[in-house]
Amino acid sequence: MLRVNNIQVVYNDVILVLKGISLEISEKGKVALLGANGAGKTTTLKSISGIIRSQNGELEEGDIEFLGESIGQKDPDEIVRKGISMVPEGRRIFDDLTVAENLVIGAHIRTDRSCIKEDMDRVLTYFPHLKIREKQRSLFLSGGEQQMLAIGRGLMCRPRLLMLDEPSLGLAPMVVKEIFGILERINREQGTATLLVEQNARIALHFAEYGYIMESGKVVLDGPAARLMENDDVKEFYLGVTKDDQKKSYSEVKHYKRRKRWLS
Amino acid sequence: MDEGTKYFLQLLISGLAVGSLYALVALGFVLIYKATNILNFAHGEVMMIGGLVCYLLLTAFSIPFIWATLITLVFALFFGFLTERVILRPMIGQPIFAVVMITIGLSIFLRSLSGIVFGHHNKIFPSPFSETPINFKGLVLSHTHIWIMIISALLVLMLALFFKYSRTGLSMRGVANDQDTAMLMGISVKRVFALTWGLAFAIAAVAGIFLSNVMVLNIGLSLVAIKAFPAVILGGLESVPGAIIGGLTIGVLETIVGGYLDDMMPGAKELTAFVVLFLVLMVRPYGLFGKSEIERV
Repeated sequence: MLRVNNIQVVYNDVILVLKGISLEISEKGKVALLGANGAGKTTTLKSISGIIRSQNGELEEGDIEFLGESIGQKDPDEIVRKGISMVPEGRRIFDDLTVAENLVIGAHIRTDRSCIKEDMDRVLTYFPHLKIREKQRSLFLSGGEQQMLAIGRGLMCRPRLLMLDEPSLGLAPMVVKEIFGILERINREQGTATLLVEQNARIALHFAEYGYIMESGKVVLDGPAARLMENDDVKEFYLGVTKDDQKKSYSEVKHYKRRKRWLS
Repeated sequence: MDEGTKYFLQLLISGLAVGSLYALVALGFVLIYKATNILNFAHGEVMMIGGLVCYLLLTAFSIPFIWATLITLVFALFFGFLTERVILRPMIGQPIFAVVMITIGLSIFLRSLSGIVFGHHNKIFPSPFSETPINFKGLVLSHTHIWIMIISALLVLMLALFFKYSRTGLSMRGVANDQDTAMLMGISVKRVFALTWGLAFAIAAVAGIFLSNVMVLNIGLSLVAIKAFPAVILGGLESVPGAIIGGLTIGVLETIVGGYLDDMMPGAKELTAFVVLFLVLMVRPYGLFGKSEIERV
């Protein structure tokens, strides 16, 4: 459904952030994009959603194709209309607006007023926490509730593909678990394809069917999630599983640095 | 009612009338600042042009007042779209400071242009309102001022409903709150900016038309915007209710100070607003209803 083809993204005309990223998501698929800070995960999502250009970035080479149509140079609002919705990093809810207004603004591209109400009720069945706070200003929600609101808002435009940028950011493990349970349900019941960017590799690989691992602007490893979880490097650097339980010495920390450049 | 109370009430009512005009002017500033973070220094010139265009329609074409006002509003709306498209859109992504300087340039340009087109002489605006003031138990108020209060209140009410319930209004609030995220909702930020400028210019035109009714209509009319500025700061740069309350407060204070002190200290009236501005900046630099982290311009 979505095919990102060897894209190269430059900020401010000089800083090369993505050096040829390719990835693919099938209809109703669940894909995770993992990597350290600064690897270019968020930039990849921003390139797909088209807001990269308002942040001084530019798609220099390659192309992004959604449902057989090139969207690489389209404006963000057109891309939302095509059916791609993004839940940005750090929630970014409209904190001046009430919870209900946040949901309504999520449906901005739609004009069928009566169906919006229906969708709002459906979103609120996924996130019952929000139901009781519907009329409150969203600034006063807890972190978990804000994340739920951001996801709910992202669903209001009836997307074919939902992109989530670190939904677990700053949340308690219990809340993260709850949110991923709901994402699972949404994917199953609504058939919404999901592209997930995460730091928490364990939960991401449990959720996703397929995973890509990025490092300094490149995809260094990809494969079905189950196989990635078995990979020794992934185990060591992302899942924190080591074979020996001895404490690591400084030389091995350096080994980690050396080893981490998989294919480049 | 003794003379003293009556005098005070009279000042209060006149102050409210003047204040609702300030509020209207402040509203235009706030709308643009809230959505785009730009302080539009050409706002006064837009008011003046609103007044002048309406004057032209009334005198040269003898169109009835209602129609002249409506045509002026539509003109101001498109003037706003045009300004956004031609002058401000190319400045997207540039430092706010540069954009604000451009609005100062625009104000000088518009003032000179209006001088060339309409002439620098004083014009008498053919007021549609009755000359005889209304007398209510000894309190006097002109028809013009009553209409100013009614129309301002209606405009504010309409705007409040627009922002609360309409899809476009909601998207404007979204853009004001968080531009990037608004884009992710499929909102065309360019369109919202254009609409904001159009709307603010239309409100400026209404204020301009009313001002022409109570003041001499000439190039100096644009300076009223500077006088409304304390109202904007008092209410907070990004608060619509703040603009209303700030405008009314400044209007009332100015009239009351003028009423009691002008005999002893001529000019005290003109000073009041700026003394308030000064005090507000010292105590609450972000205004009564503003956010504490305001953008420096």
